[in-house]
Amino acid sequence: MSAPRLPSLIVTASPHVRSADSTPRIMWSVVGSLVPVVAAGAWFFGVSALLVVLAASLGAVATERVFGRGGSLADGSAAITGLLLGLTLPPGMPLWMAALGGAFGIGFGKIVWGGLGQNVFNPALLGRAFLQSAFPVAITTWPTPGGSFWTLKGDLFAFPFTSPVSDAITSATPLGLLKFEGKATEALPLLLGTTGGSVGETAGLVILACGAYLAWKRHLNWRIPVSILATVALVSGVIHGIDPSRPDALFMLFSGGLMLGAVYMATDMVTSPVTNLGRWVFGAGVGVLVVVIRLWGGLPEGVMYAILFMNALVPFINRATQPRVFGTRLGSPS
Amino acid sequence: MPFPDTIVLPLRQHAGKPATLCVAVGDHVERGDPVGLADGFLSVPIHASAAGTVTDIGWWPHPDGTMAQAVRIAVDRYAPQLPRPRMVPAWQGLTPEQVVRAVQDAGVVGLGGAAFPTHVKLAPPKDHVVHTLIINGAECEPYLTSDHRTMVEYPERVLFGIRVMMHAMGVPRCVLGVERNKPDAIAALTEALPDDLDITVLPLTVKYPQGAEKMLIQAVTGVEVPSGKLPVHVGVVVQNVGSVAAIGEVFETGLPLIERIVTVSGHGLRKPANLIVPVGTLLRDLLAQCDGVTADAAEVIIGGPMMGQAQANLDAPVLKGTTGVVVLERHETRSAQVWPCIHCGRCLEACPVFLNPSLLGDLARVGHLDAMREHHLADCMLCGSCAYVCPSHIPLSQLFQSSKAALRRAAAGVA
Repeated sequence: MSAPRLPSLIVTASPHVRSADSTPRIMWSVVGSLVPVVAAGAWFFGVSALLVVLAASLGAVATERVFGRGGSLADGSAAITGLLLGLTLPPGMPLWMAALGGAFGIGFGKIVWGGLGQNVFNPALLGRAFLQSAFPVAITTWPTPGGSFWTLKGDLFAFPFTSPVSDAITSATPLGLLKFEGKATEALPLLLGTTGGSVGETAGLVILACGAYLAWKRHLNWRIPVSILATVALVSGVIHGIDPSRPDALFMLFSGGLMLGAVYMATDMVTSPVTNLGRWVFGAGVGVLVVVIRLWGGLPEGVMYAILFMNALVPFINRATQPRVFGTRLGSPS
Repeated sequence: MPFPDTIVLPLRQHAGKPATLCVAVGDHVERGDPVGLADGFLSVPIHASAAGTVTDIGWWPHPDGTMAQAVRIAVDRYAPQLPRPRMVPAWQGLTPEQVVRAVQDAGVVGLGGAAFPTHVKLAPPKDHVVHTLIINGAECEPYLTSDHRTMVEYPERVLFGIRVMMHAMGVPRCVLGVERNKPDAIAALTEALPDDLDITVLPLTVKYPQGAEKMLIQAVTGVEVPSGKLPVHVGVVVQNVGSVAAIGEVFETGLPLIERIVTVSGHGLRKPANLIVPVGTLLRDLLAQCDGVTADAAEVIIGGPMMGQAQANLDAPVLKGTTGVVVLERHETRSAQVWPCIHCGRCLEACPVFLNPSLLGDLARVGHLDAMREHHLADCMLCGSCAYVCPSHIPLSQLFQSSKAALRRAAAGVA
């Protein structure tokens, strides 16, 4: 019996074991799950889609590298912001604008708040909101899907601050057609994603599948997308029932950026509620606002503003939905 | 395990006041002789766990990381280690007060880890009616199996201890809560159940922290103990199954609590085992008994991996409340890297008492102690569930433990 030899002992506070998951693992898993969505965008819009996503991502990542805390690129959150922003842009958007949007999203959407975990608004959507107000024409110029993979659409290589001279064939999005021309879109192209729109928003079924995978991995909270989609379906279904000239629930669900927003934007952990009850409330709020903006607002699409508006309410939702602490049930014996 | 050469008995081994010294350097003690006496009602005596000579009385490393007054005994290698002949108390004839006194004199404390003096719980305040005695056999900490072994190997002793307690407290009903993953323990206890007492064995869901007192009461009775109140407010007293077996032993042999079952486990250990260990055995002797540690062993924890205390050296002794010793290898220890809170909410889902650890963690880092108190920091039992699930690896338990200590200091300063 000899005394055990120990080179040096590690002393940490309890718990001494922990689950294998980590924040970078969650973030990179989200990045990985976006690959099929980007691929779908490339399938519909060709290499232009890839270039737009790449430009937005570079803008976001470079800004994080320059202004972020040391090593913060490794957590993967800047890459998500860039990818998501790129997916919300038209495939023919000038690349310098996409990159500027990524830089704005990270710089003013995240870093000025204090970096990861501190921001109130979704950085990707803030970047898009900036682009929408700065370049309202470019961000609503939708190239027609199809054509050769290598066809460059729109004004991808326009120089900064020149007036784009677009000779590309453009089309309208299903929501634009509805709002400005009163035309409906067939269900099948909507489901498949062969309509006009942003790089990554048309392939609703692909986004749903990727979201289901993330939810199964517990890397996104399923309550938020379910709450948003159910609310949109319910509210628009009721309105369609009262006034059949209004779009039906299926159209509302699969048009515009709703799928991308519900699955990937609203579920951003940093800018959504921490309580499960709060997540239901948050999702319902987004859903109602989407329908209201789409049907009665001046814009054809309302997902971005709906989510940004509800982002601002998250601290209040959190406060109002705190869990009941064990042993404080009303009417318990005291 | 065989008796080691040295036994170190800290006078502070239990919740409440430390024992007062009653031996001097050079004294010879027999196995079972007191070396410290109870200091008031909320205290218990400490007994020598081996015959030998007191060689030193002074500061010695305590498993909690501090130093404590301790009695060091050089064990007499040639002593037969038989306890002095002693009276075995005949429990049937004793009044409740006498049973409480006998349990206190035997130095019995909660063997589940907290080491709260057992006799105090046997004498509940007179203005409360206790209708159910709950025996905690959940043993939810990973790795630890000492209660499990107790239930499998000494079911009669456990049930005898329950009989004495029910007699002393006048409690009509007893429930033994055992996690479902210990079917052999459930079978052994069910087999040994007496016909004349209302005792049931209740299989419990396997989850951490099922063995926490308030969780167990909720699982057994469906009632939540009100925040800030004691179990007796809902008519319940909880005892750890090891403590009950210790009471059984007191009334079988008359021996005080001088040894206990300790789980020695973990990948960093060559030969994991459950051992009957004399209280006061040093960690180094205990690990040597298990053939020592592997080359990659890096962290030695007294207690379980969720709530236990990491040791800086192997000098600390096994105490009455030492449930186990876990040795982790380097790759199992947690990294020091911490990421910012991303408000994923997993800690809220994990917290057994429904706190908001994410918010409390933010408040702790900016030192808003009053706000933490308003958000029920006092209800946190430091189970570690939040820190376990946190993907950003924020040391939430540690923040809460130090905040609780800061609040206690502030309260003491005001008073």
